[in-house]
Amino acid sequence: MHVFGDFLAVLLTTLGDVAPIVFMIVFFQSVVLKRPIPRLKSVLIGVVNVILGLTLFLIGLEKALFPVGEAMARQLSNPDFIVGIGVEYLTADWKEYGWIYFFAAAIGFATTIAEPSLMAVAYKANEVSAGTIDKWGLRIVVAIGVAIGIALGCFRIVSGTPLYLYILGGYLVVVIQTFYAPKKIIALAYDSGGVTTSTVTVPIVAALGLGLAKTVPGRDPALDGFGLIAFASLFPIISVLAYGQFTDWYAKNRNRSTEEEKENGL
Amino acid sequence: MDLLPIVVVIVFFQVFVIKQPLPALADILFGCVLVVVGLSLFVQGLETGLFPIGETLADALARKGSVFWLLLFSFGLGFTTTIAEPSLIAVADKSADIAAASNLIDPAPESLSSYSNGLRLTVAVSVGMAVVIGVFRILKGIPIHYLIIGGYCCVMAMTPFAPKEIIGIAYDAGGVTTSTVTVPLVTALGVGLATIIRGRNPLVDGFGLIAFASLLPMMFVMGYGMIIFN
Repeated sequence: MHVFGDFLAVLLTTLGDVAPIVFMIVFFQSVVLKRPIPRLKSVLIGVVNVILGLTLFLIGLEKALFPVGEAMARQLSNPDFIVGIGVEYLTADWKEYGWIYFFAAAIGFATTIAEPSLMAVAYKANEVSAGTIDKWGLRIVVAIGVAIGIALGCFRIVSGTPLYLYILGGYLVVVIQTFYAPKKIIALAYDSGGVTTSTVTVPIVAALGLGLAKTVPGRDPALDGFGLIAFASLFPIISVLAYGQFTDWYAKNRNRSTEEEKENGL
Repeated sequence: MDLLPIVVVIVFFQVFVIKQPLPALADILFGCVLVVVGLSLFVQGLETGLFPIGETLADALARKGSVFWLLLFSFGLGFTTTIAEPSLIAVADKSADIAAASNLIDPAPESLSSYSNGLRLTVAVSVGMAVVIGVFRILKGIPIHYLIIGGYCCVMAMTPFAPKEIIGIAYDAGGVTTSTVTVPLVTALGVGLATIIRGRNPLVDGFGLIAFASLLPMMFVMGYGMIIFN
């Protein structure tokens, strides 16, 4: 019964989420476009699947993964764990936090792989590129970007350096990469930043950031606890652009070597 | 498959680093089953529900040939999906508490909720505008990097002038706004438009709407901070 009550509560929230969108679409279809949606029945079944799927997914997350993820983020950022129980602990030495960076990278990677929004974009990119952009390839590259971003974001909280310096540096890298990356990957790379941080990643990462800012001496949760999401949105752009550059370079190299082989053969 | 990395990370850290048994193992296993079933339903629904809707709308709006309705729809899609977004509500309330704790706004409940509602409205308007700019870009075929790099410059130029209590929230606001239902719809809309309009490539021009939806809220929230706090 307990689970069933949870199910209804989450289902209502999800419906509340979807209601304005449905309203918009119905309004435009009936008032502005004045024509029915083709294959209405299968579309409706699809929408019901999306809502049910998201509801089950969110309940599962709340039951299984969030409590564990948040508890782990708390335990790992606990001073007793970092410097040992009873040790006087006044200043933060960033070298003491090795496990935190490793955990941050690992959890960033893992949550991004499970992110439904990213699945949707990877699916579409695969379809539109006629298979040249691999679904799993894109998801893994984005996840690596998030992993690096969150680990660096934790380092920033521990070391207390200003957020905008990192963001500025990241932007500079993105701008430089944009000039060298193949044109077809650019828009997709920019999109990858926004899609990575939704249902799965945000709660766990936010818990990690706030937990760290609370326990690291000299940090203010209000000022330093935020900003991890910004890292997680910036670094996938860099990693996807790099992936595009690499595959481009690889393809060119292979073409060249096959041409050379042909010439040698002749 | 999708959950494997999470499970590996959690087991590894529990066993080797924290060295404590997992609490409530049965709950966790049950939760994992729900997540897997939920995800497969979601993906199935994407293919038969959300993607076709986005494409049909893009097709119908493009054929109608009215830029006004297309842009109005774009704004509405961005605005309505953001204003009710639960993670945005959570962030806005949290931000109001922080602002009150730093004596930037009056700690009375009315002023807290007016601050947090103002913040939500600001973000929702900015996402609406972002989808409009993104769709306009697809119509005109402007290369995306000019707009995004211009946006980055704006964000950087605004940062030194924005109150420092708002900067972290502003940077994060970009990431939290795009929900799981919005992303597939907006992506299908963009790709659909780029497929229909002659001379546009779906891969080069169809993506990028989410990018604007992550960028514009940063500027708008910093602007909101400057107006409210000064």
